[in-house]
Amino acid sequence: MADLRDMYQEVILEHAKSPRNYRTLAAPARKAEGFNPLCGDRCTIFLAMQGDVIADIAFQGNGCAISRASASMLTQSLKGKTKAEAEKIFNNFHRMVTGQSPNGDRASLGKLEVFAGVSEFPARVKCATLAWHTFEAALHGDQEPVTTE
Amino acid sequence: MSVPVAIPRRQTEIESIGPISGFDVEKLRAEFPILRERIHGRPLVYLDNAATSQKPDAVIDAISNYYRHTNANIHRGVHLLSQRATEEYEAARAAIQVFLNAADPREIVFVRGATEAINLVAQSYGRTHVRSGDEVLITAMEHHSNIVPWQLLCEEKGAALRVAPINDAGELIVEEFDKLLGPRVKIVALAHVSNALGTINPIREIVRKAHAFGIPVLIDGAQAAPHLPIDVEDLDCDFYAFSAHKVYGPTGIGVLYGKAALLEAMPPYQGGGDMISSVTFEKTLYNKIPHKFEAGTPDIAGVIGLGAAIAWVSNLGIRSIGAHEHALLEYATRVVGAIPGVRLIGTARQKAGALSFLLEDIHPHDIGTILDQEGIAVRTGHHCAQPVMERYNIPATVRASFAAYNTLEEIDALARGLKKVREVLG
Ligand SMILES: Cc1ncc(COP(=O)(O)O)c(C=O)c1O
Repeated sequence: MADLRDMYQEVILEHAKSPRNYRTLAAPARKAEGFNPLCGDRCTIFLAMQGDVIADIAFQGNGCAISRASASMLTQSLKGKTKAEAEKIFNNFHRMVTGQSPNGDRASLGKLEVFAGVSEFPARVKCATLAWHTFEAALHGDQEPVTTE
Repeated sequence: MSVPVAIPRRQTEIESIGPISGFDVEKLRAEFPILRERIHGRPLVYLDNAATSQKPDAVIDAISNYYRHTNANIHRGVHLLSQRATEEYEAARAAIQVFLNAADPREIVFVRGATEAINLVAQSYGRTHVRSGDEVLITAMEHHSNIVPWQLLCEEKGAALRVAPINDAGELIVEEFDKLLGPRVKIVALAHVSNALGTINPIREIVRKAHAFGIPVLIDGAQAAPHLPIDVEDLDCDFYAFSAHKVYGPTGIGVLYGKAALLEAMPPYQGGGDMISSVTFEKTLYNKIPHKFEAGTPDIAGVIGLGAAIAWVSNLGIRSIGAHEHALLEYATRVVGAIPGVRLIGTARQKAGALSFLLEDIHPHDIGTILDQEGIAVRTGHHCAQPVMERYNIPATVRASFAAYNTLEEIDALARGLKKVREVLG
């Protein structure tokens, strides 16, 4: 049986309570919006690029503990990364929460590894990935809001 | 954080409520095979009945027996099986006529569900009668399926959708509704019971007021049919819609009641077989009602399953079911409402079936996951009623909703589950 504590790790709960980089960035920062139409979660990612590097990143929105913590930790782990590094982290993260990654793969994820337990709760995978899909949209300058459906 | 939860002393509380006379919940639970499922190793506590109810043996067997012994197409074969299938199909229509107290079986149209029933009226009646500058009047507590079909219609016709507001308790503000009635309104559509708030609307009064202006009224009865006696003659409503799957019946089937005179005057919704009396390339004559609205081979097994569900409900008595559920709702309101940090959403004086709430600032989604681990199924989210969530400025709620087979002990389990939520996330 899946254990709730595997998903609701202390670090996750702490980020959900006091999310980091919960603010807006003024234009010309990029901005993308994501929705989870099933539960009404919303997420807006702001992204300031300096050449190929993520100079600053922030988010706003509302959602469950998993989606808030995921967005908060995303901003922490991607700040200062290049586009290519960020894409790699996104792919690894996605594989981990959908239960497709061998354990060895996770080392590159650092603190984000706390989300591994989400893979035991299929109904919650979209909560963990909403901010990431929204980030992708911001990175690629998509105009349409992202939805998880 | 572990704050003691004020669960009233179970034994005395439950005894003081006492069983509804002649209502044997344990016996009835045995008729629902799914209630023997274990969820994450625990007994299932199914409190998501407003989304869909579970099905008794009577319904499951009726569908299975139909396929084993009766299966044939209806209204078209001379052979015995086709006659049998047609008879069972039409017998279900007659049973629903009685269930709704409609004057005539021709007023019962089989559709896929409440959603299709509303779309049928919007497309057929609505497109005929609503013109540019006209209005369609709904309320602020509608399910998306009683909003979007009217939006589509209004967009096409250049008409306006008007929305009667609700108060903080989740009740329709009748004086405001009255003010919105007028010669431009071509149809009123509202829920009998709100799925997100549990509010029972005063639909009889509303129908009378709308009729004073000559405006027909559609009632979305999706959340009323499982809990309340319905009498369309007494209500005098023009259309009444509900879905089988929320009344112990199968998914994919539902009912549109419409007054015969209205249905007769309405153009068909879809074209195809069964809805015609003769077809040439020059001209097609439509079949009589209700067949005019039942194009193509219908969900015959579904209709027969619905017939069995209605028989099951009628056998127990919708009033007894309603009384039992009312006791559950009152108990749940007291027990859950007494938990520190709980905020009830929807506190109308007249309610049926559902308790919506929030627990501190814990997101309902997280609450739903933790309750699920305890075997407790509730709905979390906006319940397809985003405007209701906006009205209360909340993203979502937790909703526990009740059926004939739920028990007071299950509500105690819900209260214990919420205590666990606070332990994990508080
Ligand atoms: C009030 C209300 N109206 C309409 C519907 C739509 O019913 P269905 O999805 O079965 O067509 C529902 C279902 O949730 C409902 O609760």
